[in-house]
Amino acid sequence: MSGKKQVTLRQMSDGQSGIVSQIQGGHGLTNRLNAMGIRPGKKVTRVGSALMRGPVTIKVGNARVAIGFGMAGKIMIDLV
Amino acid sequence: MGNPNVGKSVIFSRLTGVHVIASNYPGTTVGYSRGSMKLGDEIAEVIDVPGTYTLEATTEAEEIAAQMLNSGDIVINVIDATNLERNLYLTLQLLERNIPVIIALNMWDDTEHRGIHIDLDKLRGFLGVPIIPTVATTGQGIKELAESIPRAASPDIPTHNRDERWTSIGNIIDQVQHITHHHHTWRERLEDASAKPVSGAFLATAVLAGSFMAIRAMGEGLINHVLDPLFNNLWAPVILKLSSFLGGSGLLHSITIGNIVGGEVNFLESFGLLTTGLYVPFAMVMPYIIPFYLVLGLLEDIGYLPRLAVLMDTIMHRLGLHGYAIIPTMLGLGCNVPAIMATRILESKRERFIAATLISIAIPCAAAQAMIFGLVGAHGGQYVAIIYGTLFLIWITLGTILNRAVKGFSPELLIEIPPYRLPSWRTVSKKLWMRAYGFLVEAIPIILGAVAVINILYAYGAFDAVVNFTAPVVTGLLGLPKEAVTALALGFLRKDIALGMLAPLALSTKQLIIGSVVLSAFFPCIAVFVILLRELGVKNVVKSTGIMLATALLAGGILNLIL
Repeated sequence: MSGKKQVTLRQMSDGQSGIVSQIQGGHGLTNRLNAMGIRPGKKVTRVGSALMRGPVTIKVGNARVAIGFGMAGKIMIDLV
Repeated sequence: MGNPNVGKSVIFSRLTGVHVIASNYPGTTVGYSRGSMKLGDEIAEVIDVPGTYTLEATTEAEEIAAQMLNSGDIVINVIDATNLERNLYLTLQLLERNIPVIIALNMWDDTEHRGIHIDLDKLRGFLGVPIIPTVATTGQGIKELAESIPRAASPDIPTHNRDERWTSIGNIIDQVQHITHHHHTWRERLEDASAKPVSGAFLATAVLAGSFMAIRAMGEGLINHVLDPLFNNLWAPVILKLSSFLGGSGLLHSITIGNIVGGEVNFLESFGLLTTGLYVPFAMVMPYIIPFYLVLGLLEDIGYLPRLAVLMDTIMHRLGLHGYAIIPTMLGLGCNVPAIMATRILESKRERFIAATLISIAIPCAAAQAMIFGLVGAHGGQYVAIIYGTLFLIWITLGTILNRAVKGFSPELLIEIPPYRLPSWRTVSKKLWMRAYGFLVEAIPIILGAVAVINILYAYGAFDAVVNFTAPVVTGLLGLPKEAVTALALGFLRKDIALGMLAPLALSTKQLIIGSVVLSAFFPCIAVFVILLRELGVKNVVKSTGIMLATALLAGGILNLIL
């Protein structure tokens, strides 16, 4: 597991995958993301994004989830 | 109960025979519907609960779901078999409660081509409750589900915290589910393309433009080739006979038929029950209601709307909303009542206030739009464009102002994007029928009632006092003839018939534009008003109404100056 690089969800490029390492947000945000299956240890793949700092779309398990640009900056990812 | 967009409403419909609107996006059900089914010899009440990811609610719809749990005796937990891991989180929360649970493992047919294999017996062993694989859209497994309801069990597992739940789910998934590789389907490729910035925006433009053109073409086709010929060739002669039978004048004549000018029936201007009263709902509004709800139903069931929400998110944030507010807004283009109900999918009170106010003011319902097309469109498409442009400007400007003025903050977008699905004709046509029928049932009594009452009031000259009292605003500020007051007042009942009242006034194009904008923007119709009261509370509705009146008068006044 060498050469692991930590980025935010925002900084990932489309098609890249990684493991959620940390969510740097309040209790409310962590809870909501958690209930949707986005939590530390989970593998996610970035699918795309919208123009002008729009939401980032990721794939987690078989589901696609769109996450606001601000939130996406708080989700830390270990690239694989 | 279950996660959003797993097919709860379809299963509910199948079990009870009660028709509810079901769509392919999270948040279709915001209230709850009740129905009943036979359970052995007894009749059991079944409740369709809004979707939720967790019992620790974050939106109003989720709160309703969590509360409903306390009033139920048995929970049918609907699970999306293609997202087993995430769905099990809510399931474990349910199993920790002291209530019998039975599981419908829905979308079972979708697992195979996604390469998902689930060992049902092992899963039953882990959870300790009956699990029935179902395909709600085709009805597969529904009978077995209904028969198994009495076997619902409460395994009484101890309460866990969040991490403990995920650990046990991890264990279950490891042993129950294995995933084999599958090839990317064209559907998944299209899903990827919709999420990319450039191709996504391109696709959205194409979808919206295509929808608009399709609705217009179908609407005009229905009017020109079906309904106008029916009214002019078949109904008009009947009316003329009836007119001479009634002696051509008198109170009964003006209520039922209205004015016959030059021996010909003018369905739009005669303003009788059997002329304008039928022509407006059937030949002007209905022809647009049908294609609008057909296209909306298709977009809903394909799963396109949440993608539009993602693309619109940045713009919507300027208006103090997030992208998902586009869904109530789109519904508002049909009717504002379900649109304002749908604002429940938004998280904060502030967003709901802004969204509901913007919809009531700047989003004309299908009935109003159909009338605008019919009345103003006859003078030229560019004038219709001016009306839409003005309403759009109002939407943007007012949203920006409300965003600054209303306290609080708006949360960010966080939504699940459903997979694209091929819409089933059964659901689409059922939904279309429900909505079109709903329109007729609600609109026709009010339209006919309004036409009758107005004719009677006219006959006794009751309007003169009101007309003279409001004349300075209507003529001075808006540049409309003072008779238009009746139309504006009628807007409180229904927008379509109110716009119809402008027809006999021989307005100039400019006056028609002003009249249409003012009627769309000011005061919602009574049905919307009641929903606003229920959803926002008296205090907020007073605020909202103030904003509506001010906006309508300001916009009308400005148009009067610049056109």
